[in-house]
Amino acid sequence: MAGSVLEIKDLHVSIEDKEILKGVNLTIKSGEFHAVMGPNGTGKSTLASAIMGHPKYEVTSGSITLDGEDVLEMEVDERARAGLFLAMQYPSEISGVTNSDFLRSSINARREEGDEIPLMKFIKEMDEAMDFLEMDKNMAQRYLNEGFSGGEKKRNEILQLLMMKAEIGILDEIDSGLDIDALKVVAKGINRLRDENFGCLIITHYQRLLNYIEPDFVHVMMQGRVVKSGGSELSKRLEAEGYDWIKQELNIEDETINA
Amino acid sequence: MTVETKQPYNDEYISRFSSSRNEPEWMKDLRQQALSQSESLEMPKPDKTGIKNWDFDTYVHEAEGSKIDALDKLPASVAALIDADNAPNLYIQRNNSAAYLALDEKWSKQGVIFTDIFTALKQHADLVKRYYMKDAVSADEDRLTALHAALMNGGVFVYVPKNVVVDEPLQTIFWQEDDSVASFNHILIVAEANSSVTYVENSISHNADTATFANVVTEVIAEDNANVSYGAVDNFAAGTTVYAKRRGVAYRDARIDWAIGQMNDGNTISEHITHLVGDNSGSEAKSVVVGRGKQIQNFTTNIIHFGKNSVGNILSHGVMKEQASSVFNGIGKIEHGASKSDATQETRVLMLSQGARGDANPILLIDEDDVVAGHAASVGRVDPLQLYYLMSRGITKHEAERLIIHGFLAPVVNQLPIETVKNQLTQVIEGKVN
Ligand SMILES: Nc1ncnc2c1ncn2[C@@H]1O[C@H](COP(=O)(O)OP(=O)(O)OP(=O)(O)O)[C@@H](O)[C@H]1O
Ligand SMILES: [Mg+2]
Repeated sequence: MAGSVLEIKDLHVSIEDKEILKGVNLTIKSGEFHAVMGPNGTGKSTLASAIMGHPKYEVTSGSITLDGEDVLEMEVDERARAGLFLAMQYPSEISGVTNSDFLRSSINARREEGDEIPLMKFIKEMDEAMDFLEMDKNMAQRYLNEGFSGGEKKRNEILQLLMMKAEIGILDEIDSGLDIDALKVVAKGINRLRDENFGCLIITHYQRLLNYIEPDFVHVMMQGRVVKSGGSELSKRLEAEGYDWIKQELNIEDETINA
Repeated sequence: MTVETKQPYNDEYISRFSSSRNEPEWMKDLRQQALSQSESLEMPKPDKTGIKNWDFDTYVHEAEGSKIDALDKLPASVAALIDADNAPNLYIQRNNSAAYLALDEKWSKQGVIFTDIFTALKQHADLVKRYYMKDAVSADEDRLTALHAALMNGGVFVYVPKNVVVDEPLQTIFWQEDDSVASFNHILIVAEANSSVTYVENSISHNADTATFANVVTEVIAEDNANVSYGAVDNFAAGTTVYAKRRGVAYRDARIDWAIGQMNDGNTISEHITHLVGDNSGSEAKSVVVGRGKQIQNFTTNIIHFGKNSVGNILSHGVMKEQASSVFNGIGKIEHGASKSDATQETRVLMLSQGARGDANPILLIDEDDVVAGHAASVGRVDPLQLYYLMSRGITKHEAERLIIHGFLAPVVNQLPIETVKNQLTQVIEGKVN
């Protein structure tokens, strides 16, 4: 099904009764790569978490739809099966569950009962994807994220993204903690998915990731809103000049959500 | 004494029972002495669990079971435990009878003994006598243990001579076929110096509604530099009240590693103690539990360090659902003189329902300065962030919980050395947590 659209309208989100997102608007279509940037604590992870349905975040108003379907009505697993994927800033560790069993369950979750991926096919695909991401094959039999280094966790999130064939990927600081070689590998993984059937929202602080993954759109978040959007030239200017010029332009003194 | 038991089997009965099995005189004496001791001994006192109202008295002591000629004639629940094409070392006890026994010739030739306890008492009387209820468990510890000694009605003897390395598992199945028959099984494992053995045991019964009693004693002796790996899945049905005592003694450089799946459906007291007697001895005591219904259980795992440089590691993981309640006592004890020893333990209890109760009591008793010791304990619910992570990959909540629970119990499941036993435990867990 070519051409998915994730539409976020006037989204307000609270955590423990504190409003964090104060009216976010954003539309992501397949084929498009969007970057979301912004200073610390301005609501970027909150946006990603609200889209995926994190239990702690409460959407107080606004809407999120995927191809017209109300995402907010869906449970977390239904959102994933509808085609959303979130590479998390801090993935959970789950002892006793091997990475490979988890991956297979995840892939099968998006397939019909009785149409599970054959084991051999799965192993072949996993081996291939792990090779592509230059991952140690032992990682497949290790427990999910347990004892993984920061960089290994990020690579493992991309492994899942590659194998799960999502329609819309949301990547929350997938580049943090990566050395320069790992950054290239992760970027290679994301670029491999670039086609008309896949849309992506990339949350990052650094232009260096965007040097490898050229975004079509760049958005800046401050005070729990998207305050500025543009093309790839916007992130380049941020890299060179920081955020002050935007704050001046928009008359923002305190960019955090407390303002 | 607060508890009045109406022990239905008297001295005369025991004497006749022993004679009918042609037991050596010392065994008959041991039984009779234990019976008379049982009358004055106290009941065991599991910490924080009241057992006054438990039924330890309703059972039938003796029931024969017919021979098993071929493994393909077993009922499915027993057959599932066995890899029929590859079971060279297998003992099946049916009620109180030795129904099937195989030991590969290559082991018997080297002097390995693997046989039912009554045959052992006849053919290897001196060897059994040297170890039976001597260095590990003694008959006068409490009333139930004395009763065990008096009424022992099954079990197995494993003996591995010096320097013999048995590199295939020895498998035992205690199949309590009749609903009312009691299991007073005695498991005695002796590994001589520099030997090595892996033993795996399943206890299984189907008496959901019929009351009976399992009073099982396991003794493991690992002489200098011996290595014993012990795996067990206890799967007594709801009607069985269980008193299970497991005890290991490890001498110099010896290891005893335990992996125990406690899957009983009835009230259970499990007391599991390893004595690290020798220098450089070590033990890992891993157990997992699933409690359900109105089950009340008490698990004590204790490693006592006497030898220098001894390393003991306790892991207990429990899952409690419905109204089940369990107490987990983990005790690491380092005696004076056991310098450079290392005692660690981890007790975790996962609660699946509001009505379930779990109580984790980590205890370190240390009488020596130069040691390493640590414990971690937690009682909680399934981590909502772990659930969120799994569900964010499309896995349903139910399936995600299933994965987390199986993962939580994996430390024991993965350690069992026989694939069929491992799979069977996985299935039992599956059946219990769903
Ligand atoms: N449990 C919580 N209770 C109160 N405030 C919270 C809680 N969780 C997050 N916040 C606040 O919400 C705000 C937005 O956090 P968020 O994680 O979305 O920021 P971010 O833009 O992703 O920042 P970073 O770039 O540092 O990752 C922060 O001020 C944070 O302190
Ligand atoms: Mg963030």
